[in-house]
Amino acid sequence: MAANSSLEIDGDMEVDAFRRLFPLRYYEHYLGQSVRPDARPLAHARETTISLGPVTSVDGSALVKIGETTMLAAIKLEVMTPAADLPDKGCLAVDFYMPPVCTPNVRPGRPAEAAPVISKQLSDVILSSGMINFEELSLISGKAAWMVYLDIYCLNADGSLFDAALLSAVAAFSHLKVPLVSVNDNGRVTTVTGELLESKSELELVNKERRKLSFKSLPFSLTCLLHDKYILADPTAEEEDIMDTLVTVVVDSLGRLVSLYKAGGVVLANTSTVKDCIALAKRRAAELHNILVESISEMEVD
Amino acid sequence: MGMDRGDGRNPNQMRPLACSRNLLHRAHGSARWSQGNTIVLAGVYGPKAGTRKGENPELASIEVIWKPKTGQIGKQEKEYEIILRRTLRSICLLTVHPNTTTSVILQVSWLNLQSLLPCAINASCAALVDAGIPLKHLAVAICCGLTEQGSLILDPTKIEEQKLQAIANLVFPNPPTSVIPKGSSTSAEEPFEHGIITSVTHGAMPVDDYFNCLERGRAACSKISEFFRKSLQSDLPDNASKAS
Repeated sequence: MAANSSLEIDGDMEVDAFRRLFPLRYYEHYLGQSVRPDARPLAHARETTISLGPVTSVDGSALVKIGETTMLAAIKLEVMTPAADLPDKGCLAVDFYMPPVCTPNVRPGRPAEAAPVISKQLSDVILSSGMINFEELSLISGKAAWMVYLDIYCLNADGSLFDAALLSAVAAFSHLKVPLVSVNDNGRVTTVTGELLESKSELELVNKERRKLSFKSLPFSLTCLLHDKYILADPTAEEEDIMDTLVTVVVDSLGRLVSLYKAGGVVLANTSTVKDCIALAKRRAAELHNILVESISEMEVD
Repeated sequence: MGMDRGDGRNPNQMRPLACSRNLLHRAHGSARWSQGNTIVLAGVYGPKAGTRKGENPELASIEVIWKPKTGQIGKQEKEYEIILRRTLRSICLLTVHPNTTTSVILQVSWLNLQSLLPCAINASCAALVDAGIPLKHLAVAICCGLTEQGSLILDPTKIEEQKLQAIANLVFPNPPTSVIPKGSSTSAEEPFEHGIITSVTHGAMPVDDYFNCLERGRAACSKISEFFRKSLQSDLPDNASKAS
């Protein structure tokens, strides 16, 4: 055939054109041989790195890269008066930003459609996993508690946004150190910085030392893309565009299922597919847990 | 099934369903779906010419607008809109009306937000049928709750929701009565109507309980789709006269 002969002459150019013109068929060629165009096997996630504490002006931060997808999470703590019905509990506010730099689909001035949905999902998952003990964020019962502002910026959106966002949130929380606070004469609660602590050591401190939060469990997520009978773990933006059935599974370190999120899509997930996705997510959670533990211990050495 | 619930239902019992269609005169299709006192009114306008920028012009596009009972829409409503849009996209035959937009507008007419998402999905599905938008199959939605004791209840109310450790909103297709074309996404070991269209869960639960939820949800959905079919067939003659 004509197409075949020209393929031999100018292979690279033809493959590139074929990829753009018939993206689905291009992918199906690869999937049939259980491999993806970026040389990953179907069930493998991209290389993941976590670096803790890239932002020094906040109380906890983390930069996470899953392949090209990059997320920066930062946590700021502020003292607030707790709600009257929950006097012993702190509060969490999650915001997810997709600035126009992260993807060509977001235009300046118009907020991304996906951003509020991801931030809602994030706060749902963080709350329902029971990862944070909100009583730990209380300072003086009924008077003062921590308000936790978690802001996540997407710097590069190349698929599996929720996975990267959740991982960066979890990493930022494990980097978070609760600052010292004291009550002054007027009864106001103020944070105590390093120099102040040395100069006025007689300040009455509410909490004894800068501490880390303790976590009951850590949630980790994996997005799987369903196409025909194939399950592709951790899809890139290109794969998400071409094949549109996504399943996001969140499991925690206790082995519980925190969330199974599938919103429509051409492929219907039957029980065996769901089981496979959960198994993949559990394996990925163990992998991510190791990466996180490693990066924490690396930071402590420094 | 010894445990009784606050409103006297047994764990497997749903609140009474009601569905009425063709309520709005100006809309191309409309439906009101109620589950107990959760009531959602859905209106469908379209297919209108043109799609939004960035959408595939070779396919029909679906737009969902969520109107809460009071106040502005927030993140929760935005999430509902996206879930609904993706769910409805997957049941519509998008190639029949390329380069058109169909708007689905949902008005929540009760303040209690119990099992709101399933109710909205059922309502919009009925409204799409009323508007004559070509569909592959219906989407039937149900809400399952897992209690602290580990037992499952269907269609939880607001008061029950606060005591639950997890909630799963599940959407399944209705079982087809006609012959399914071979080579579609059905697998040999599982019937077509067992495939999950949409699953949205809140709260952590053991994996096994999720599969129990799936089983219960499927059983309940087959009942709901029977109800659906009956209610759609009951005003069929009326529809035929409207078309002519």
